[in-house]
Amino acid sequence: MSKLDSKVPSGKLQDKWEQYKFDMKLINPANKRKFNVIVVGTGLAGASAASTMAELGYNVQSFCIQDSPRRAHSIAAQGGINAAKNYPNDGDSVWRLFYDTIKGGDYRSREANVYRLAQVANNIIDQCVAQGVPFAREYGGYLANRSFGGAQVSRTFYARGQTGQQLLLGAYSSMMRMVAAGKIKLYTRREMTELVVINGQARGIVVRNILTGELETYHADAVILATGGYGNTYYLSTNAMASNSSGAWQAYKKGAMFANACFTQIHPTCIPVHGDNQSKLTLMSESLRNDGRVWVPKKQGDTRKPNDIPESERDYYLERIYPSFGNLVPRDVASRNAKTQVDAGRGVGSTGVAVYLDFADAIKRDGEDTIRGRYGNLFEMYQRITDESPYNTPMRIYPAVHYTMGGLWVDYNLMSTIPGLHVLGEANFSDHGANRLGASALMQGLADGYFVIPYTIGNYFASNMIDQSITTDHPAYKDALQNTKNRLTGLLNTKGSQSVESIHKKLGKLMWEHVGMSRNAASLEEGIKKIQSLREEFQQDVNVPGSDKGVNTELEKAIRVSDFLEIGELMARDALTRNESCGGHFRDEYQTEENEAKRDDENFTHVAAWEYTGDNKEPVRNVENLEFENVKLTTRSYK
Amino acid sequence: MSTATMTLKLKIWRQADNTSKGSMKEYDLPGVSPDMSFLEMLDLLNENLVNSGNDPVAFDHDCREGICGMCSLMINGEAHGPQKLTTTCQLHMRSFKDGDTVVIEPFRAKAFPVHKDLMVDRSAFDEIIAAGGFISMNAGNAPDGNAIPIGKETADLAMDAAACIGCGACVASCENASAMLFTSAKLSQLALLPQGKAEAAERAQKMVKKMDELGFGNCTNAAECEASCPKGIELSNIARMNREFFKSSLSK
Ligand SMILES: Cc1cc2nc3c(=O)[nH]c(=O)nc-3n(C[C@H](O)[C@H](O)[C@H](O)COP(=O)(O)OP(=O)(O)OC[C@H]3O[C@@H](n4cnc5c(N)ncnc54)[C@H](O)[C@@H]3O)c2cc1C
Ligand code: SF4
Ligand code: FES
Repeated sequence: MSKLDSKVPSGKLQDKWEQYKFDMKLINPANKRKFNVIVVGTGLAGASAASTMAELGYNVQSFCIQDSPRRAHSIAAQGGINAAKNYPNDGDSVWRLFYDTIKGGDYRSREANVYRLAQVANNIIDQCVAQGVPFAREYGGYLANRSFGGAQVSRTFYARGQTGQQLLLGAYSSMMRMVAAGKIKLYTRREMTELVVINGQARGIVVRNILTGELETYHADAVILATGGYGNTYYLSTNAMASNSSGAWQAYKKGAMFANACFTQIHPTCIPVHGDNQSKLTLMSESLRNDGRVWVPKKQGDTRKPNDIPESERDYYLERIYPSFGNLVPRDVASRNAKTQVDAGRGVGSTGVAVYLDFADAIKRDGEDTIRGRYGNLFEMYQRITDESPYNTPMRIYPAVHYTMGGLWVDYNLMSTIPGLHVLGEANFSDHGANRLGASALMQGLADGYFVIPYTIGNYFASNMIDQSITTDHPAYKDALQNTKNRLTGLLNTKGSQSVESIHKKLGKLMWEHVGMSRNAASLEEGIKKIQSLREEFQQDVNVPGSDKGVNTELEKAIRVSDFLEIGELMARDALTRNESCGGHFRDEYQTEENEAKRDDENFTHVAAWEYTGDNKEPVRNVENLEFENVKLTTRSYK
Repeated sequence: MSTATMTLKLKIWRQADNTSKGSMKEYDLPGVSPDMSFLEMLDLLNENLVNSGNDPVAFDHDCREGICGMCSLMINGEAHGPQKLTTTCQLHMRSFKDGDTVVIEPFRAKAFPVHKDLMVDRSAFDEIIAAGGFISMNAGNAPDGNAIPIGKETADLAMDAAACIGCGACVASCENASAMLFTSAKLSQLALLPQGKAEAAERAQKMVKKMDELGFGNCTNAAECEASCPKGIELSNIARMNREFFKSSLSK
């Protein structure tokens, strides 16, 4: 029998969540005060979970790396958040949002979870409006919507190009209200290094205080991880600098299974890399593809300025290959095609690793003012970074790592394979399958935090024996603390010759080359070996200056990179064992004659969840079969 | 894209921790490309420092996209440097010339003590928000999002105010270290929206009181805050806050 029980309740898809909420055991309001919860992370998922549980009466301890919960990576989301309000009256419904999300994920997610997500999405919009989130409005005063990420309906709510910021500030304000009420204790500038499991239940964490360097232990009755995604394994990504995999990875090493590690989203429209000192990549909103035309010169190694290349010598390759979707093909298709052009020597710009996104025709058609009205902010941002004006010369863009669909495996309650450890937001694997649709991550993070975990955590407390006599004096805390201490001492004592940054860059290059936009068995096997030897190089030759006292930014990075060096290997292993192409995972060996992704539904309609068996030992691959009772599996086609 | 690199003379505030005395230290940094961001320039310096066995310069940063509000820095005496409406992380080295001297200091204010080097403690801002920068509602209570129409103009004004990233440049650039621009931006956003009106008076009282308690100074209308704000938060928010505050004082 599989070790993975999804705990999906029985009943009709549409009724499962309502019925389950009714069936769950409750904790009465007075007793909620007796339960303590640790929430690691204050992004959309963590902040919404912390505030809502505190409102219900639980005592919450909240942790984040930044100096304030308001600065979590969620703040950077631009485009918007989906919901099936159907305000535009264009035929949207909970069912359609559910269906689009399942199909967009290339049928590699769990029906019941996705349906619930679509159901509660509408409540999120109401909640945020009540909090004072200034969503865009029409002249009549009603909420505005736009279409986004290939959806055929307008269901995306937005606050200018700063939707993530406004949603996070809403959740943060609710959190701070509970901080003032004494229901949330806030621990900023803390980085979790270890999960503490006692009697088989997740009970606490070890964190490093980034300011003092001290190691601290915290105890509770349950632990919630909302620590975000692991895109920074690739070094360069659109994630914030501190985004990391450590929380999830350390939980994995304590027994939480890690699912679908290879499902990574590579976003097609980012500003290309400019040089070796580049620290991160900047996303240019996908909406640009509504008006911009993607092209490369037909000739290889053409060094002429773009405006000197005549129409007849340009290849508008997306329009050519996909006449019906053209420049609006989904993210994975657009990304892969850009790579094909660059690999064939037709890339542009000083590095040759970019393609053009050209607005000349749109400006000719609609006028510069109209285009400025639509994309003015983005054009300015582009110009600030590249010193080139997209009004006069085509933008240069290239795909970049953006989001990780994989994450810790969770059941319908959002609980991992460690009892008491719940995982929310990008850190879990749940709702996006092999590919996430635009504007759905914000929706998922807030659904998990505002509307799912506040219910399921109560059910966990009410249905399990939790020994409340335990404190941080328990030996498990001493062991965990010592573990972290040994790790840090090891890093500081290596005194090798390579900086953490330089090894992280090497890892990033390996990941991009071997576990990037397209993968194949030979190259993945080679990648695994190379990652292993880079890990050895790190262990023997990393240079982490300073001490474990006080602020030590190099030590912070070293901890994160040592975890990236391990998760990178798992990503490759997961990719190697998934012998099909689906969503963001493209295996060269599995493609149609027209070079499109070829799924293998017979053998791979499942979640792969990896089980840790010890350092430098091969992990075990467990499988959760996905049953589709309500949708029919179809092949995506964009020609 | 330009390929020629520059050499800069950096003068940087170094301070071991919040109890030590700090001082300015000088560094020569060759190999700076005009396409680097200001923080990538500091990364380069730090990489050199680490490789030569020295302590890298501590500075705050995260998104590097001008939205998280984590980066700071007084650059040649200006909060977030010379470019208007631009955070330090979005400032690029093409704003400087080969041979330039660049003076880099932390955001200074009584309410922003230095942790290390260029890293400061801005948690006072969180305390101001905790004092009242929210609408008192619990998840699950909300009516339909369209139940209360909000005119587009009002929504846009609220969004203008809500764009504040909480960086603290307004405080650092103010001779009185006043937090009026920051506080007024939040108060304005919530007072403009119908959802926030019920508590507007009480909110203004509480947030202003907290601001004073935390050691932020008074506003004397020097307008340095507005000039340094990377998000274009306008002084008119302070006027709106003062109105809310006096209204609420009168009703007390
Ligand atoms: C540039 C960009 C634009 C995007 N735009 C959109 C969009 O328009 N629509 C959309 O739906 N999605 C978008 N996304 C995706 C979306 O923003 C993220 O998936 C989502 O915000 C993740 O939220 P989260 O709460 O799970 O985690 P995060 O926001 O990443 O928060 C992680 C939290 O965990 C803390 N943390 C992490 N590790 C530790 C540790 N070891 N110890 C202690 N604390 C820790 C951090 O301090 C932080 O508080 C975008 C992503 C990017 C990069
Ligand atoms: S008002 Fe402007 S300068 Fe002040 S904190 Fe907000 S964004 Fe920064
Ligand atoms: S680093 Fe986020 S605003 Fe500068």
